[in-house]
Amino acid sequence: MTENNAKDGAYNYAYLDEQTKRMIRRAILKAVAVPGYQVPFGGREMPLPYGWGTGGIQVTAAIIGRDDTLKVIDQGADDTTNAVSIRRFFANVAEVATTTRTEEATVIQTRHRVPETPLGEGQILVFQVPIPEPLRMLEPRETETRTLHALSEYGVMQVSLYESIARHGRISKGYNYPVMVNGRYIMSPSPIPKFDNPKLDRSPALQLYGAGREKRIYAVPPYTPVKSLDFDDHPFEIETWQQCCELCGSKDSFLDEMIVDDDGKRLFVCSDTDYCERRRTPAEAAE
Amino acid sequence: MTDLSTLGPGLADPSHDAQQLFRAILDATSHPGRIVSLPAAPAGPGTLSAAATAYLLTLADRDTPVWLAEPFDQPEVGNFLRFHAGALIVTQRAQAAFGVLAATTPSPFNDFDLGTDAYPDRSATLIVDVPGLTGGTMRRWRGPGIDDHTDIAVAGLADMFWHDWAANHGLFPCGVDIVFTAGIELCALPRSIAVEG
Amino acid sequence: MYVAVKGGETAIAHSLDLLADKRRGDRGVAELTLEQIGQQLGLAVDRVMTEGSCYDRSLAALAIKQARGDLIEAIFLLRAYRTTLPRFGDSLPLDTGAMVAERRISSTFKDVPGGQVLGPTYDYTHRLLDFSLAADGERPAAPTAPADTNRTLPRVGDILEREGMLEPPPQGLQSDGASEDLTRQPLTLPASRPVRLQNLARGDEGFLLALGYSTQRGYGNNHPFVGEIRYGHVPVAFVPEELGFAIEIAEIDVTECEMVNQFAGSHDVPPQFTRGYGLAFGHSERKAMSMALVDRALRAEELSESATSPAQDEEFVLAHSDNVEASGFVQHLKLPHYVDFQSELVVVRALRAEVEARHRQAALDQAAE
Repeated sequence: MTENNAKDGAYNYAYLDEQTKRMIRRAILKAVAVPGYQVPFGGREMPLPYGWGTGGIQVTAAIIGRDDTLKVIDQGADDTTNAVSIRRFFANVAEVATTTRTEEATVIQTRHRVPETPLGEGQILVFQVPIPEPLRMLEPRETETRTLHALSEYGVMQVSLYESIARHGRISKGYNYPVMVNGRYIMSPSPIPKFDNPKLDRSPALQLYGAGREKRIYAVPPYTPVKSLDFDDHPFEIETWQQCCELCGSKDSFLDEMIVDDDGKRLFVCSDTDYCERRRTPAEAAE
Repeated sequence: MTDLSTLGPGLADPSHDAQQLFRAILDATSHPGRIVSLPAAPAGPGTLSAAATAYLLTLADRDTPVWLAEPFDQPEVGNFLRFHAGALIVTQRAQAAFGVLAATTPSPFNDFDLGTDAYPDRSATLIVDVPGLTGGTMRRWRGPGIDDHTDIAVAGLADMFWHDWAANHGLFPCGVDIVFTAGIELCALPRSIAVEG
Repeated sequence: MYVAVKGGETAIAHSLDLLADKRRGDRGVAELTLEQIGQQLGLAVDRVMTEGSCYDRSLAALAIKQARGDLIEAIFLLRAYRTTLPRFGDSLPLDTGAMVAERRISSTFKDVPGGQVLGPTYDYTHRLLDFSLAADGERPAAPTAPADTNRTLPRVGDILEREGMLEPPPQGLQSDGASEDLTRQPLTLPASRPVRLQNLARGDEGFLLALGYSTQRGYGNNHPFVGEIRYGHVPVAFVPEELGFAIEIAEIDVTECEMVNQFAGSHDVPPQFTRGYGLAFGHSERKAMSMALVDRALRAEELSESATSPAQDEEFVLAHSDNVEASGFVQHLKLPHYVDFQSELVVVRALRAEVEARHRQAALDQAAE
């Protein structure tokens, strides 16, 4: 139904009307000026459900143009259904070129992963964010958490991490691991595995985070320090695997675990499908 | 009433021009000190530079009151912005989402909205039209978006301007953000940036 | 042999085809028309218009048809369409005093000026399945008196207010006369009453019903009476900037409920009744009444009452009332989360290994003793 509407001019370029785009663009610039601070914005109802990437989609719609090349991933993969659905949406409403190759993309919209291939200057990584507030699970009230950020009063987070160490001997947080941005704001990196946290630190790419249901946009400009929270005696560490990727043999990428038979036999493969495929293509692997 | 016959044109292709201009502005804002060129910028009204005009046409509308400093506080500028952006021109700095200043405007940051600790995003953005983005005194900028440091020599600004900037930067996360404009070029200075020298 | 999960594109295309097929159902049965939905499933249309915040019967009927009768899905469809529409400005406030009412009741007085008008209601039906509807039983038209379009119906609340028994209605607009709009600006807390009312009007009927019910059971009770419920047609007026005077642009059906609630008064203020307000498109009394109960409950702080119950908690109510948001976020759990789950697996395995190692060591230590 909407498929042809967009090209027939029933909807504006990139779906959003110009006034909405301006509002989102202003919010993005504020977010870049105050790294890690969550800027409230007048999020719109999108034709995709809340929780399925409406924040990321609005950010992408506000920045994307006909000169862009878009890559969309979910769980690191270009061909998961939600990634396919969002890529199709933009190919349709924004007449934009799409790619699966990380380094060819000017805009990468992602859910739950940062690509393994290092990002470069000029690339924009747009994160879909379900719960933008890093303190939310410790304090459900927005009125409270806003004050905590205003005062830089982050003791509640330190206590929570410390309790985890007291109970388990380590920080038992696997994903959505909180970070400190430029020494001022604690930020949720969105539910990426902590494996990806180091990629956020001083990245040459611009990181934009969009939370549609919660109506917040935040950003990390290029080269900005992003530190995963830890303690001197319990330093931050990332996931490791005994196995390597069954397909490309990679030892240093994030691995998905698959159950391949009724006896529960496991198989490990790269979560980043582009990275894995490229390593398996002889010409490229030789580079 | 606005005399439409004397009004210059706005963006030729509002949707796509605004998108391209925004990306240039975003590039500048996320790389403070980087000088970006805006080829799609239309000629400005009065003495307003093309880059300042493009910035306002891209981002200002009826939700963002604009305050004009003395050299730009002319009917042709106000009419242009009202007609092409739908922007409301205000006489008080405190009401403005955007302030348009000259390099020599006195007390450049006074009375503008600085935001609050809870809502630092509510501060004003100042567009400072300067004689040039190079050729002034070289200063070292550091902060988010800059790989260690960058050296910039915006022309036409008095030392006092940088003294005031240091105070503004000290208010972080509150404080105003700046874009310097000259001709069709633009360079951004968000509140997060410390300027030395 | 492991085959990488591929073909998302094809799977989606097939899923869309299957869905369209399911929607149509048995081709031997006549396709529903939008007129049939609008006429014979009118209350479903009303709910979709109310929570979709878009008054358009045929679009709502289309949404219901497309959603196969899933009203929350239909509300979502209508909202997503609404958000793309240009805005011309704000209409003048509706004057429900000028309503041509099909139904109007008050439970606070035996009779009121303008009279009690029972109108069409399920209230006094006996809930017996009417098997004659299963056949094609045509009904004769009901006798109706001609609508008295000249008579205005004074609001019961206004009559009480004149006596000082009921508080005056709170101001709706901001000091500068502009209206706030949740569909254009993010919610900030504490919210103004107009914003709260907009949120509640768009809010899920079931959520508001449960919250309203909870106030009656003691979780924030404020002793409500139905001051008045009225349902009927009201004109919508708009002042185009170029004309400078109001013109009537539409006539819409609305249901309005004003609850009259007790207020104990305080040291300075004598006891007085207070208002809770509900308004819904079409004929939606359950929604309007629930909204009025919750509106009044949310005024606890303003009226210096202790606010300890869920229905009195502004942030809790406003943040969770929207069924399009709630439905999306609950159902997003269907999306793949295997990367996050994998990092949890890694963490939990490591923790379990440590515990097991400790147990083994303890067993060895014990054996050694």
